[in-house]
Amino acid sequence: MLNYSIQIAGENSLILYPPQQMSAEVNQWVLAACQQIEQALADVLLDVTPSYASILVSYNPLQTDHFSVKTRLKKALAEQNTEHQQIGKLVELPVYYSEESGPDLARLAKLHQLSIEQVIALHQAPLYRVYAIGFAPGFAYMGEVDERLATPRLDSPRAKVPKGAVAIADRQTAVYPAESPGGWNLLGLCPLQFFDPAKTPSMPVAVGDQVRFTAIDKAEFLRLGGVV
Amino acid sequence: MSGFRIEQPGLLCTLQDQGRFGQSRLGLTTAGPADGHAFRWANALLGNAPGSCALEITLGGLQLSAEQDSVIAVCGAAVPLCINGKPKALWQGHAVRAGDRIELGMATSGVRAYLAVAGGFSVPQQFGSSATVLREGIGGLDGGKLQAGQLLPLTKPAAKAMTSQPLFALPERFWPDYQIPLTLRLIEGYQCEDFSVAERQRFYQQQYRISPKSDRMGCRLQGPPLHCQRSRMLSEGICYGAVQVPPDGQPIVLLSDRQTLGGYPKLGSVLSLDCWQLAQRPAGFELQFAAISIELAHNALHLQEQRFWQQHSQLEVL
Repeated sequence: MLNYSIQIAGENSLILYPPQQMSAEVNQWVLAACQQIEQALADVLLDVTPSYASILVSYNPLQTDHFSVKTRLKKALAEQNTEHQQIGKLVELPVYYSEESGPDLARLAKLHQLSIEQVIALHQAPLYRVYAIGFAPGFAYMGEVDERLATPRLDSPRAKVPKGAVAIADRQTAVYPAESPGGWNLLGLCPLQFFDPAKTPSMPVAVGDQVRFTAIDKAEFLRLGGVV
Repeated sequence: MSGFRIEQPGLLCTLQDQGRFGQSRLGLTTAGPADGHAFRWANALLGNAPGSCALEITLGGLQLSAEQDSVIAVCGAAVPLCINGKPKALWQGHAVRAGDRIELGMATSGVRAYLAVAGGFSVPQQFGSSATVLREGIGGLDGGKLQAGQLLPLTKPAAKAMTSQPLFALPERFWPDYQIPLTLRLIEGYQCEDFSVAERQRFYQQQYRISPKSDRMGCRLQGPPLHCQRSRMLSEGICYGAVQVPPDGQPIVLLSDRQTLGGYPKLGSVLSLDCWQLAQRPAGFELQFAAISIELAHNALHLQEQRFWQQHSQLEVL
């Protein structure tokens, strides 16, 4: 059982904070706690939003108040079955790494005094965990990127990041599910559809899953439906 | 299939219902009306279920032709409403016949008007809601803003039954005024403590101006920059009305189409009732903030609920 605090977020929301760190242990607690909360408070909940190390709990404020929700949250979490360990699935994501598909590759190599090949190898090496999904539909925050590749966001975000862009920011990595503005550093393109509202499930990954990136060449990328 | 045909969509017109809840795990925002008050009345005047699908019209300029008999109500921003060229009042029900032309001029006060139809527009749901989010390409007819030529289908039996029912009007003394000064009531929370006491004092004393870059996602404010002592944090869930302060120190009030997660420090959240008022103020409007406790916030919500039903009991029968 981790220590956590409960703080006010807004008129209809409380936010739970376990220790503020990017770790599988904390994120696992978040997932298990979410399940418990959804069961125990189903009658008043509007939404439950998990992230790395927080849970935003939104309720109907005409049905209950923050005192009651707080009490029920504490009770639900005290009864939490910590034995329960969900194991996420392993998902392999193909990536076409190149200067053509990853406009920041050369800059990152120079910045970290690595070759482009080394940057690509370092990005593929870890088994990443999906810590959170949000910001935009299907945007999965994954970590942790090798320390030698950790790179801050661009000073000025790009107006257009292409759909499927594989990117890093600090020690996080992600795939842009749709064309959008964005400030992350771009290394390559993933040909898979990352968010499809018509499909069930609508995303190839869920929070708690493990992800491995695998390099593919341009021919394979195009064959899988990718567009440069 | 019949319903209302869009002749002119105006600047920005979308279909909205109560919003999309329980889908934040996929990164889907809630959406729903920018002004929940006017939206609620538009449906309530027609006896619709709360949260029925209606049109949100930004600044006006919408023209529709009815291809079916029904009853409509327009609430919110003061847009001149004409049916077949005859001026009609807002905040009340109007019978329309197949072939009628419904025209909305440009708003003279407020920003967003809501046009509800008896029974609501009949639009398939995606992830439990018909609310449109342009950024996500989800909801509405095709995830986009409404276009000339598109047909808005009605829930037919309900629309037909309504044409023989009495029409209701909200007395003018209950219409909101979108030009009065606005103080946004803020429930402090989130990273509030990471802003120094002096910084918070300044925040409550300053006037802020609404930036033209504001939209349904957030209302961007311009004023003296605010400084937060915390520079790094993990992205976390953002609730309705949250006031985030990016490194440039210019606060953003996050509204219906807000991103689900964000990594900028937040001072707390604005009361929903005030967010709705905010959504009716144009760029350049000046406002300020005042702190209230969560208890006062809940109190305000319950009082508003009571006021709504009191006003509802005083509706005029036409």
